[in-house]
Amino acid sequence: MKKSIWMMVSAILLMGVIFAVAVSADETITIMGVWGGNELEAFTKVMETFEAASGIEVEFEGTRDLPTLLTTRLEAGNPPDIVHLTGLGMMEELAREGDLVDLIDVLDMPQFNEDYNAVWKELATYEDGMYGIYISADVKSLVWYNPKAFAAKGYIIPSDWDDMEALMDKMISNGDIPWAIGLESGAASGWPGTDWIEDIMLRTAGPEVYDQWVNHDIPWTDERVKRAFEIFGEIARDSSYVWGGPTAVNASNFGDAVTPLFAEPVQAYMHRQASFITSFIKDNNPDLLAGEDFNFFAFPEIEEEYGTPVLGAADMMGLMTDKPAAKQFMRFLASPGAQSIWVSELGKIGVNKRINPAVYPDELTAKMAEVLKNAEVFRFDGSDSMPKAIGSGAFWTGVVDYVNGQDLDSVLEYIESVADETYTSGAATN
Amino acid sequence: MKLKNQKLWVALFIGPALFFITVFLLYPSVHTMIISFLGKRSETFVGMKNYIYSFTSPTMLTAFRNNLMWLVFFTAGTVGMGLLMAILADKIKYEKLAKTIIFMPMAVSFVGASVVWKFVYTYKPIFTNQIGLLNQVIVLFGGSPKGWLMKGPWMNNFSLIFVGIWIWTGFCMVLLSAAYKGIPRELMEAGRVDGANEWQVFTKIIIPSMKSTIAVVTTTMIINVLKIFDIVYVMTNGNYGTEVIANRMYKEMFQYRNYGRASAIAVILFLLIIPVIVMNIKRMKGEDS
Repeated sequence: MKKSIWMMVSAILLMGVIFAVAVSADETITIMGVWGGNELEAFTKVMETFEAASGIEVEFEGTRDLPTLLTTRLEAGNPPDIVHLTGLGMMEELAREGDLVDLIDVLDMPQFNEDYNAVWKELATYEDGMYGIYISADVKSLVWYNPKAFAAKGYIIPSDWDDMEALMDKMISNGDIPWAIGLESGAASGWPGTDWIEDIMLRTAGPEVYDQWVNHDIPWTDERVKRAFEIFGEIARDSSYVWGGPTAVNASNFGDAVTPLFAEPVQAYMHRQASFITSFIKDNNPDLLAGEDFNFFAFPEIEEEYGTPVLGAADMMGLMTDKPAAKQFMRFLASPGAQSIWVSELGKIGVNKRINPAVYPDELTAKMAEVLKNAEVFRFDGSDSMPKAIGSGAFWTGVVDYVNGQDLDSVLEYIESVADETYTSGAATN
Repeated sequence: MKLKNQKLWVALFIGPALFFITVFLLYPSVHTMIISFLGKRSETFVGMKNYIYSFTSPTMLTAFRNNLMWLVFFTAGTVGMGLLMAILADKIKYEKLAKTIIFMPMAVSFVGASVVWKFVYTYKPIFTNQIGLLNQVIVLFGGSPKGWLMKGPWMNNFSLIFVGIWIWTGFCMVLLSAAYKGIPRELMEAGRVDGANEWQVFTKIIIPSMKSTIAVVTTTMIINVLKIFDIVYVMTNGNYGTEVIANRMYKEMFQYRNYGRASAIAVILFLLIIPVIVMNIKRMKGEDS
């Protein structure tokens, strides 16, 4: 008798669990992303706002090793509903394999076209579909400096590369070190160096050649690519130009690399990094005031004909399942409401045109948004746009090896060999 | 009737084991081998292409060289140090304490140990505060800090291999110590009475008596080190010429999503380990008879 009661109780419990899972399944969506710390806090606020308005539960799975986890989950037939796409290359790979949902059927497209500059749609387009929504952008072509230290030494912001070279020479003759660079980023080490080279490529070879290079229409051993590496190498491989010399360049974490600018006494004077570095500066030195204690100028032009183009990156979200709740969340992410929370918390730059500029935490961010808006030439981060084996494989490693003292020709030949086989094996689009 | 029953019992005992071996070992192995002959997304047959890549690309050649370095120095280091510790610890009063301390790193995960050692090896330029222990010591004695993990191929690979040795020496020591204690004391005494010095006792009596244990420990370490991944992944991710086979397999599989290549590298790793396993099994069989 007792036994049968227990059996009934457990059967009811089991049914209850199954029922609960079935009911909640539709009302819970999962999002996979790489965010932690400040970024996760900001995204949590975005998710909470959505949860409060819709009653749908949103779960966030954070991992710094997103490609690994995503590959495993896809193979297991259990992808997250929404994924943070870390690069254009990744978006194209997933779209090609049919893992992403075309957002043209999901979003209110007339409204979207009104809210977004055409470039954001183009950047998320693969074949005829649109597979990503940009929720914020980062401007990369920025040189950070310490205005007080500059003023104290009488250093003037350079307007072109000749000025820059004169400035560097002046600093060196004063016994100062011009640059602070850090390439270490755990398993992603090397990417800050690729940004340098991309910025230089845009300025020495122009946007058209830049595109050819990214699409591997010109080889890595091309003179123009070589020159970009050399300009970077003259700085990063020379102890008189860069703080701590090449070993420190490779050993310093990208987030800490800016600190020599604010040391007492100042150890280095300039740092080239994207807009997001402000959050690292503020974390490490909470007393510093944006605009007063740290400021930026645009990475100067090198060849007059190509001017000062803007290199950038952006946070992109993709949809992986057909759940109505997930679609609803994507529509929310495209709205100025969601993006205002995200950009105001982080000091990132908004992409939706309806975002009120007043949400930016300080003038500096507003100024960066202005740089992006006024850019005549904008290009997306090149290493993020290449297939992963090149962009976040050989290119990252190659930069690190080059700074470490390896001969440039062999570095470029190595990257070219990887690029060659990646493209000819049908890995990339032709 | 009795025979039939017996067969049933055999099936009952072996069945589940066979089932699990097939599902979790045999099937994945065979599947991996098949995939290794297919392209990036396992859709087209590419023949030996993935294998040709594995044996010709510069990165893979570096990985093979480094795995060989690991194989030689890690195995020699762990087994040699383990043996030394086992014998030395036997001679002191606080043996248990000493052994506990040496064994302790075993309790730390590979990733944890790698993170800790990454701090120890941290490089900061000479005119700033060193946060890395090793470079601080060097600076204290008037030297200049070294980029331990960056300068190859010897210094950085040895810095990594040392972390492995640090973790595994305790394990080797415990097994070897048990074997050492199993040697009859009279045997060694007899040798000494006959006029053998300590070195002769060590080479002529201790080593031969511990031969089978040393072989087992050594082969275990070899299998262990062929698969080395965690330390390299956490500390350098294969940069600066420290790549190893397993890390390359991981990159090809999960970062570049090239299933064919990753599988080919996995098969090669598998083939490299087989002879060691066969050796172990043969030895075990030999002991039985």
